[in-house]
Amino acid sequence: MNAQLVNEISIFVLAVFLGFEVISKVPTILHTPLMSGSNAIHGVILVGAMVIMSEATGPLQIGVAFVAVILATINMVGGYVVTDRMLEMFKSRNPRGGARS
Amino acid sequence: MHLAPYIVLLYLLAAVLFIVGLHQLSSPKHARSGNLVAALGALIAVATTIALLHHSTLDLVLMVVAIIIGAPVGAVAARAVKMTAMPQMVASFNGVGGGAAALVALVEFLRVPAHSSPPLVLSISVVFAVVIGAISFAGSAIAYTKLQELMRGTPITYPGQQPVNGAVAVAIVVLGVLVVLGTLSSLGLWLLLLLALILGVAFVLPIGGADMPVVISLLNAFTGLAVAGDGFVVGNPVLIVGGTLVGASGTFLTKMMSDAMGRSLGNLLFGAFGKIQVSEVAGPGGAKSVRSGSAEDIGTLLAYSQRVIIVPGYGLAVAQAQHVARELADTLEKRGVTVDYAIHPVAGRMPGHMNVLLAEANVPYEQLKDMDEVNDAFKNADVALVVGANDVVNPAARNSPGSPIYGMPILNADEARNIVFMKRSMRPGFAGIDNELLYDPKTVMLFGDAKDSLTKLVAAVKAA
Repeated sequence: MNAQLVNEISIFVLAVFLGFEVISKVPTILHTPLMSGSNAIHGVILVGAMVIMSEATGPLQIGVAFVAVILATINMVGGYVVTDRMLEMFKSRNPRGGARS
Repeated sequence: MHLAPYIVLLYLLAAVLFIVGLHQLSSPKHARSGNLVAALGALIAVATTIALLHHSTLDLVLMVVAIIIGAPVGAVAARAVKMTAMPQMVASFNGVGGGAAALVALVEFLRVPAHSSPPLVLSISVVFAVVIGAISFAGSAIAYTKLQELMRGTPITYPGQQPVNGAVAVAIVVLGVLVVLGTLSSLGLWLLLLLALILGVAFVLPIGGADMPVVISLLNAFTGLAVAGDGFVVGNPVLIVGGTLVGASGTFLTKMMSDAMGRSLGNLLFGAFGKIQVSEVAGPGGAKSVRSGSAEDIGTLLAYSQRVIIVPGYGLAVAQAQHVARELADTLEKRGVTVDYAIHPVAGRMPGHMNVLLAEANVPYEQLKDMDEVNDAFKNADVALVVGANDVVNPAARNSPGSPIYGMPILNADEARNIVFMKRSMRPGFAGIDNELLYDPKTVMLFGDAKDSLTKLVAAVKAA
């Protein structure tokens, strides 16, 4: 087992615990936006799609990679935009919100 | 892939922004900035990746073209979608993400030269990402079709469904092991992709439309895990962190959602919930009578009430009646009537969906009452005004152990002195179950489009 793999496994295990801990008790009202927001976060698959696009050789690989980049971009861009649109509606309706912080 | 230290540090920064963003998304006050923080993380991750690639000009051009195609599609769809269609929008964004994750792993596997065996870690993570990503893609597609009502929302079942699904799952595992062991070439992986797509479809078909939000949340966690798998495939830490965070937090969120519906996840996924059944209340040929009232009568009833609780449901959203509902509430308040909105956790089609829809209509936050907050108030309410909701006030959830929604927490609208049901027709709700509350002697029906009916009520209240 090489050093890189050991690092990757460590990162993975720590991220599992972090994922469970980082969202604590979420009020029901935020379930939908949270789902949508985390959906946008896995849009980071675009990074993976770009990496394979640059490594792909031959029409089949390039074609598949091309589709992967398109799909990943839709996931990432659409995900953040739609989440923002949802959360935009929660703004300024809590009168205590603006004054502090 | 060996990464230069500065690249690793930039990826670390992106990962930290994901973590901070996700954390903020779970608190009402910081949710919006949390989303922007995560978006900044994504931007940094993508920009860093451009610097990392040793691409040819052709690759770069194709990459840019693909992004130029994808970005407006995502942005325009996200901007144009109606608030009521939000669940299926999230489902489709999740599905394309899952599809991308499967394709990334596929290409990486195709790159392995023939007659050479890939490292074990690579083949394991490739198989994992292809299978999970494809299930998420196909499952999300079915969830979309059901929610968009391109297909029946009710569960689709056939004899031997679960054993057949089980057999497909076993076949996937066996095939997966063979691919990992190197017994099969890339042809095996294509076959695996196909089987996983079939399983994704078959797995979501028997689940009813009302449960789809939980399924989407689960598939969201799946896509996260597939992305993490790709992180191992291409040796990229930001994919591992981003994907795993979503996988873990998404699993947790899925559990919270099914808890809010008072059901176990297993029951929800494999129980074929909401299958239309002959209701035991109805009995064979037992056409029960309902009382229907005129808008004038009901307007007068409302105008001379002390306390009115509005129970909004998806029907209100479909009719785009949020604004008229608020107008009615305002008119009543001017007459000194106390008005609250009782929000069931799964009102609308996703948890929290109704809050978003009413916020869009500028309903004051203080009038939106959670189920626990409002349930004791119903017995003191003169009128429970149920607008386009059905399953969330169905007493069968409390009284009839045979009902598929038995055990789901409901709003106690039946305890109010009068119940006004505004419905299009006698059609059962999204879960496909008959509602005995409609036949309660205390209940008055007001048939018609929610928006028209509410407009008539506003006029009637003003005239009273």
